[in-house]
Amino acid sequence: MGMTIAEKIIALAAGVPEVKAGDIHTVNLDRMMSNDGTTHLTVDMYRSKLKNPRIADPKKMVFIVDHNVPSDSPKTAAAQKKMRDFAKENGIDFWEGEGVCHQVMMEKYVCPGELIFGADSHTCTYGALGAFGTGVGCTDLLYGMVTGTSWVLVPETIKFNLTGKLCRGVYPRDLMLTIIGAISASGASYQVMEFCGDGVRTLSVDDRMVLCNLAVEAGAKTAIFEADDIALKWLNDRGRKPKAVFKSDEDAVYVREYTFDLSKIQPVAARPDFVDDVVPAKEVCGVPIDEAFLGSCNNGRIEDLRVGASIVKGRRISERVRFLVVPASRQVYCQALEEGLIDIFMESGAIVMNPNCSVCWGSCQGVIGEHEVLISTGTRNFKGRAGHPSSKVYLGSAATVAASAVKGEICTADML
Amino acid sequence: MEQFTGKVWVLGDDIDTDIIIPTEYLALKTIEEMKQYGFSPLRPHLASQIQKGDMIVAGKNFGCGSSREQAPEVIKALGIRCIIAKSFARIFFRNSINNGLLLLEQEKLRDDIREGQEITVAVNSHISYNGREYPLASLPKNLMEIINAGGLVKAMRARNGLTG
Repeated sequence: MGMTIAEKIIALAAGVPEVKAGDIHTVNLDRMMSNDGTTHLTVDMYRSKLKNPRIADPKKMVFIVDHNVPSDSPKTAAAQKKMRDFAKENGIDFWEGEGVCHQVMMEKYVCPGELIFGADSHTCTYGALGAFGTGVGCTDLLYGMVTGTSWVLVPETIKFNLTGKLCRGVYPRDLMLTIIGAISASGASYQVMEFCGDGVRTLSVDDRMVLCNLAVEAGAKTAIFEADDIALKWLNDRGRKPKAVFKSDEDAVYVREYTFDLSKIQPVAARPDFVDDVVPAKEVCGVPIDEAFLGSCNNGRIEDLRVGASIVKGRRISERVRFLVVPASRQVYCQALEEGLIDIFMESGAIVMNPNCSVCWGSCQGVIGEHEVLISTGTRNFKGRAGHPSSKVYLGSAATVAASAVKGEICTADML
Repeated sequence: MEQFTGKVWVLGDDIDTDIIIPTEYLALKTIEEMKQYGFSPLRPHLASQIQKGDMIVAGKNFGCGSSREQAPEVIKALGIRCIIAKSFARIFFRNSINNGLLLLEQEKLRDDIREGQEITVAVNSHISYNGREYPLASLPKNLMEIINAGGLVKAMRARNGLTG
């Protein structure tokens, strides 16, 4: 029987010729990533709960400080010191201030065909390069770090046929929010979202990252694209080689199939407090906002900053709004500087910050207060996610966020 | 077969990890300090009302959101014996098993039950409530081993897999 890309990656990591959905396999992990959200907990368990522990292969480990960077309190400073010292003692790659963990992993590590665990739910981003990345907790991460292995239940795969091309002014973020709205926040639970069809040819690696990154908001274990020539060129430009390049077999088994015509997608917004409460952006226009956020592992890349800058260029941010612009990585930041985008944001009155997770995870800078409203390119709009439990978060594209920042209320770019 | 009886707290669909333990309290040093804030965005008094041995009955997609392992740890520290939901988000599911917190999927109970009622759970068999039996699927053996050992780390130690 044929296999999907995800099944082929698991089979390779398990050292078996074939796997099928529902099987449980022990796999060798190609890489593990942990950030400052929970690494200190992993380190504590490693030191206090295990006798004479060893790290199976430090070269497979990457530690990234991105959730509270630079540290914002003695407590976070202490947690990060623990992480930094542990990385140094054990020869683990360590990044701090380099960017949001998934962006850094994509820029420096992820290769097609790899099976990667990350102690962060948005590890599913790596499917943009044809890798199987999935989020785990700190105990699973500890087990992987010490044994080099873990167990996986082979997930079913859902096929998403993408056709056509997104219209001008519509972005992959609108597409993915539309998909999540259609299938619900648990519509892909425990499953893999595989994107295929002619429409994927119109999507850059950055675009594909937007889709894969939000897959966990539909409950998915991961999302994946075939590593085609676009992905392989992207990889080659960064001096890396694939572990394996897989296609799904023609007789591979899919649990469900959906088709989305990209040309029919419109700008959308997710209303508080659920990522799957998705409506046409026009329906929420006019909602007054206090803060706008352009950044995150979902939407803080150069293409997003270009879109945001093109909208605020020559305009002023509304006096009632704080507009936070947070490039997803140092590379993105430097490129935005080179292209003059940072100047445009600064002249418009935006607050440009160093690469970090920012208000998307409700800590670090930019947390919102009682009854405040945020429009965000972040990953989630759960109750209290960005600060006070009474505050509200709307999710939209970089264009909608930038336009709303100018107007002081939610609006789409064509309404300015 | 393991069997226990307790009072239930009833919650809705899509109870996310930011509701279970909001980001702002993750910097606290211990789970004991964090647990008073459990579920606070949704029900600020719930954490102080939960008694040891109580259970949570919820709708679909319980535990969706971030991979923060403090979520199942806080629930366990509050004394919750098990969570019965229509479905669970997968990272939360794995984290709960790894921390020895029992999760049971049951499609119908949530729609029939009222908060404060008592139920009896017969693990891997059924739940009894109000004279009716609600069937439970069996958990895979490897997962039950981890739960019964009190979590993955303890299971690893029990198997001596990580101590060499």
